[in-house]
Amino acid sequence: MVNWIWMGMIVVSVIVGAVNGKLEKVAEAAFGGAQTGVTVSLGLISILVFWMGLMRIAEDAGLIQKLSKLMAPIVRRLFPDVPRDHPAMGYILSNMSANLLGLGNAATPMGIKAMQELQTLNPNPTVATPAMCTLLALNTASITIVPTTMIAIRMNFGSVHPAEIVAPTLLATIISTGAAIIVDRWYRHKAGKPPKMPMLDPSLPYSKPAASKPLAPPGGG
Amino acid sequence: MIALIQLVSTWTIPMLIAFIPLYASLRKIPVYESFIDGAKDGFQTAVSIIPHLVGMMTAISMFRASGAMEAIISVIRPLLEGFGVPSEVLPLALLRPITGAGSLAFVTDLIKEYGPDSFVARVASTIQGSTDTTFYVLTVYFGAVGIRNSRYALKVGLISDLIGFFAAVFACWLLFSLV
Repeated sequence: MVNWIWMGMIVVSVIVGAVNGKLEKVAEAAFGGAQTGVTVSLGLISILVFWMGLMRIAEDAGLIQKLSKLMAPIVRRLFPDVPRDHPAMGYILSNMSANLLGLGNAATPMGIKAMQELQTLNPNPTVATPAMCTLLALNTASITIVPTTMIAIRMNFGSVHPAEIVAPTLLATIISTGAAIIVDRWYRHKAGKPPKMPMLDPSLPYSKPAASKPLAPPGGG
Repeated sequence: MIALIQLVSTWTIPMLIAFIPLYASLRKIPVYESFIDGAKDGFQTAVSIIPHLVGMMTAISMFRASGAMEAIISVIRPLLEGFGVPSEVLPLALLRPITGAGSLAFVTDLIKEYGPDSFVARVASTIQGSTDTTFYVLTVYFGAVGIRNSRYALKVGLISDLIGFFAAVFACWLLFSLV
C-alpha cells in the first residue's frame, strides 16, 4: 500500500507539474525534499540519543516494574480471560508501561513476548484470540505521555514552546485509547467465540460447507 | 484550567529528566553507564529513519511543487472546515496508519511550511504523537507468533485511528484556540 501511495505521488506530481508548466520546480523540489529528509534525521539524533539514554536508566532502575504494579488492577479487567498469574500478564503490563513512557523500542519486544505467551493459551494458533486483539488495540492506539520525536522536530524548527504539545497529545491519546478499548469490547462481544474448524470434528470426516452456491450455467447472462 | 494545562506541558519533561537519574542513583544504578547503553539505541534509531525520511520528503515536496496538493486540498476544504479541521492535515489521516516514517515526514513538511507554532503544525504534531502505525504494529505483533487470521483487530485499530484523528483536532482546538 505504501508502495502505491509513494509511486502515485511521484507520478501524479510529474503529470500535474507538466500540465501546470511547473516541471522545473518539481525536479528542484525532489532534491530539496531529499536534503530536508537528511537534515531532519540528523537533527533528531541529539534528542533521540538523549531520551533513549534517559529511558534506559528508568528501565534499569525498575521504574517500569513500578508502573506495571500500579496498572495491574486496570489491566486485569482488560484481559479477563488471561489467568492472573500467567506470564503473559507480566509482559502485557511491561509493554503498556513502556508505551506510557514513550519507550517505543523497549515496548515492541515486550509486546511480542506478551503475544508469544498469549499464543500458549490459544486453541487455534493461526487465529487471533480476543486477548490478542485487545493487546493489539492498546498498542495501535499508543498511549503516550512524552511524544519525544515530535518535541525534537519542533525544537529543530525553532518552536517557542516545543513541549507545548504534551497536554493535547495526552488528551488525544486518552480519547483514542478509550475508543480503542470500547470498540474492541464491542467487536469481542459481537464476534463471540472464534469460529470452529469443521475438519477438526472427527465425526464429520468429509464435511463441506453446507450451502455453497450452485455454479451459473455456462453461457448464461 | 488553561494555566494548569500549560503548567503540565512545561513541567512534565524537566521533572522526568531530574527524577529518573535521581531515583536510579538512590537505587545504586550506575546511571551514566545505563545512559550510554540506551543512548546507543537512540543513535541507531535516528540513522535508520534517514532513508524513510528522504524517500517520503522527496515525494511530498514534488507533490506540493506540482500544485497537486493544493488541488486536492481545495476540493476537501469546505467539507472539513465545518468541523474545525485544518484541511492541510487531512493527508495525515491516510498516511498515519500505514507508515510511521512517512507520516513523520509529512508532519515535518507541515512544520517547515507553516512554522512550528502554527495551529496546523500543532494539530499535525498531536496526531503524529498520539497514534501509532496500525498496519506496522499488526504485522509485527501478529507476524511474530504466526497469526494469519487477525479477526476484527484491524477494524478496531483503524476505527480508533479515525477517532484519534478527530480527538487530536479537538484537543488542540480546546487547548490552543482559547488561550
